[in-house]
Amino acid sequence: MARMNMIQALNSALDVTMARHRNVVVIGEDVGYFGGVFRVTEGLQKKYGDQRVLDSPIAEGGIVGAAIGMALNGLKPVAEIQFADYIYPAIDQIASELARIRYRSAGDFSCPVTIRAPCGGGIRGGQTHSQSPEALFTHVSGVQVVMPANPYDAKGLLIAAIEGDNPVLFFEPKRIYNGPFDGNPNKPAIPWSEHPKGEVPEGHYTVPIGSAATVKTGDDVTIITYGTMVFVCEAAAQLLGIDAEIIDIRSMSPLDTATITASVKRTGRCVIAHEATRFSGFGAELSATIQEECFWHLEAPIQRVAGWDTPYPHAFEWEYFPGPARVALALETVMESKGATE
Amino acid sequence: MPRLHVPVTPTRPGDTPDFSYVALSAAGAIKRPRYDARALDLDFLATGLVRVLDDDHRAKGPWDPKLDAETLRSGLRNMLLTRLYDERLQRTQRAGTIPFYMRSYGEEAVAVAQCMALQPGDMLFPSYRQQGFYMVRGRPLVELMCQLLSNTRDMCKGRQLPVMYHWKEGNIFSISGNLTTQFPQAVGWAMAAAIKEEPNIAASWVGEGSSAEADFHHALLFASVYQAPVILNVVNNQWAISTFQGYAGGEQRSFAARGPGYGIAAVRVDGNDFLAVHAVTSWAAQRARAGAGPTLIELVTYRAAAHSTSDDPTRYRPKNDYEHWPLGDPVERLKQHLIKLKEWSDAQHDALSKDLDGQVAAAWKEACRFGTMTEGPWLDAHLMFEDVYAELPAHLERQAEALQREQALNARLGLTSAKD
Ligand SMILES: Cc1ncc(C[n+]2csc(CCOP(=O)(O)OP(=O)(O)O)c2C)c(N)n1
Repeated sequence: MARMNMIQALNSALDVTMARHRNVVVIGEDVGYFGGVFRVTEGLQKKYGDQRVLDSPIAEGGIVGAAIGMALNGLKPVAEIQFADYIYPAIDQIASELARIRYRSAGDFSCPVTIRAPCGGGIRGGQTHSQSPEALFTHVSGVQVVMPANPYDAKGLLIAAIEGDNPVLFFEPKRIYNGPFDGNPNKPAIPWSEHPKGEVPEGHYTVPIGSAATVKTGDDVTIITYGTMVFVCEAAAQLLGIDAEIIDIRSMSPLDTATITASVKRTGRCVIAHEATRFSGFGAELSATIQEECFWHLEAPIQRVAGWDTPYPHAFEWEYFPGPARVALALETVMESKGATE
Repeated sequence: MPRLHVPVTPTRPGDTPDFSYVALSAAGAIKRPRYDARALDLDFLATGLVRVLDDDHRAKGPWDPKLDAETLRSGLRNMLLTRLYDERLQRTQRAGTIPFYMRSYGEEAVAVAQCMALQPGDMLFPSYRQQGFYMVRGRPLVELMCQLLSNTRDMCKGRQLPVMYHWKEGNIFSISGNLTTQFPQAVGWAMAAAIKEEPNIAASWVGEGSSAEADFHHALLFASVYQAPVILNVVNNQWAISTFQGYAGGEQRSFAARGPGYGIAAVRVDGNDFLAVHAVTSWAAQRARAGAGPTLIELVTYRAAAHSTSDDPTRYRPKNDYEHWPLGDPVERLKQHLIKLKEWSDAQHDALSKDLDGQVAAAWKEACRFGTMTEGPWLDAHLMFEDVYAELPAHLERQAEALQREQALNARLGLTSAKD
């Protein structure tokens, strides 16, 4: 075991898979000589050479299109989109191609590409370095969508993504690259080295895609969340002294419905939290699923906590971010509700 | 066995700077065709390098724009102001007073000379490194600085990162963080000018790195198909963050050479030569205004500073490379040219520098009165919900109300944000 932050854990995942599988290649803007603007690919070009770690032109559509072609020819490309906010030029290649090549060719062709993209706000990045576009891709059949919330999961999920047979969109909440964040920007940051999930095996292991993690068990209410919001939700429940069960879904598509519904059936109350905007956000899918599966167990309407339905504003970052107060208000609302029958 | 070609980066940290890859032409060596020449006769402009100032700081050849001394001094002043503005804001960022900044050090001639060669009614679609436009078109520095501070006078109402300015009245479009999106938009603006039979043209700028995006090709294609009155500029400052221009396709051919493939007139110009940049831009503007077609201009220059305040270029290129850049420094070259003409002196230059620096300092003081990151007044957070749509929709009104409840709870829990 070693102590790693999320960047080191992701780097280790790439290192481990590149060492194990000769067909794994890395491609993206500034990922080679420089090691990536967040340093996730640091040292890889030195170790594996410039034929396997490629600096690319600034053309996200080209990066994904070329990665698809490489995958069709037997490679396992891991493409980096420098910020999730810059994935849009690649949407056609992802939604129309990457997601459907297996389907339209009746399984004769497939392109297991992994696309990594740092996402989320809280770093004073303004509207073009803060977005969480995961729901755009969960709406596309044929790609898997994951988002780890700690170094251990980051490494295990990335290895699973690269070694799997499906295309994966791998979103990395960059606010928690260096340490968990409870939503209070005035508190000094806690490094991952002081958190149990900063303990990461140096070698190979996987975290299966499609399995949620119960971060904390509890009886009062189930909080379903992922990414940066996992720790914010923990903090909010603590503030109110509520015994919340907190589920980090880790993977949006496929979704571990069994873990979620079992918990909600037990607690009877549910709050869903993500940083992305609320309207048509992934929370809507979660809420609909829970309503379908757990309706007769619910004692209160499901509450959603999310970013406001605006672009991510530079100067109002903390007014926009769904911090502990927003989560707490939702928790109070579900706890107060008497349920339809009373 | 063939191996994948990896573009060659000539020098890395520790190496001696080497710019032998830059294809140069002598000052005055390139022919100046008529503004309405057929694009297919102009391929030589895309591969040569239009230069006017020679090593002895004299103006030479057919591209000499023959500008009067007053105009030259005004160009020098605007470039110097841009540089001093950048330097102060860089220091301000280092001191923690603004969160982010991007300089245009070494490429001031691009924005300044080009903007001066255009008409005030021409519409500019910049990237983030053409702050010189604002100096030329005369926007008060205080207004720019208020944007950097996201304060109560911020033109963006707190919604954009520092340097992402815009100026409706000054005909300068809003800067996007998403690279190259402005390029086809400029073409569309120019198409509209043609449809409306108006005389104004459009111009847009991208870095050479950004020319890799598909939007670059959309722009060239639409400009060619509709012969739009537009000038499309590639600022080839050699670097896109850590990647050398070869990664954008500059290794095999010049960026200007993309033009002829689309049937567009294209000119490669010494971007640090104020006179050459002015002349080429005037030529392209005349061409566009006369309905003779669009022009692609590649401005060969050097990004002398870091990409942004988040970047450390010593990690990927030699420390002292700018000293070896073969096209020199734009401010220094225009200054020496004016001195040669006996229209300027070192003493005048120093006095101007001091005066401009004083103006920048005074503007900063003034801007801070409208709020800083640590001291109010601050913008009203309700602004966050405005301008998403033309009217405030009901669901955003509810979210704005929810924010107020949340802020009350924040206050009770002691979770107030940094600025409260
Ligand atoms: C679509 C998109 N992809 C990536 C980025 C990240 N990014 C910002 S600036 C930059 C480099 C641009 O280099 P260049 O176009 O050469 O302009 P320069 O900074 O040198 O002026 C990159 C990769 C972005 N802003 N937008």
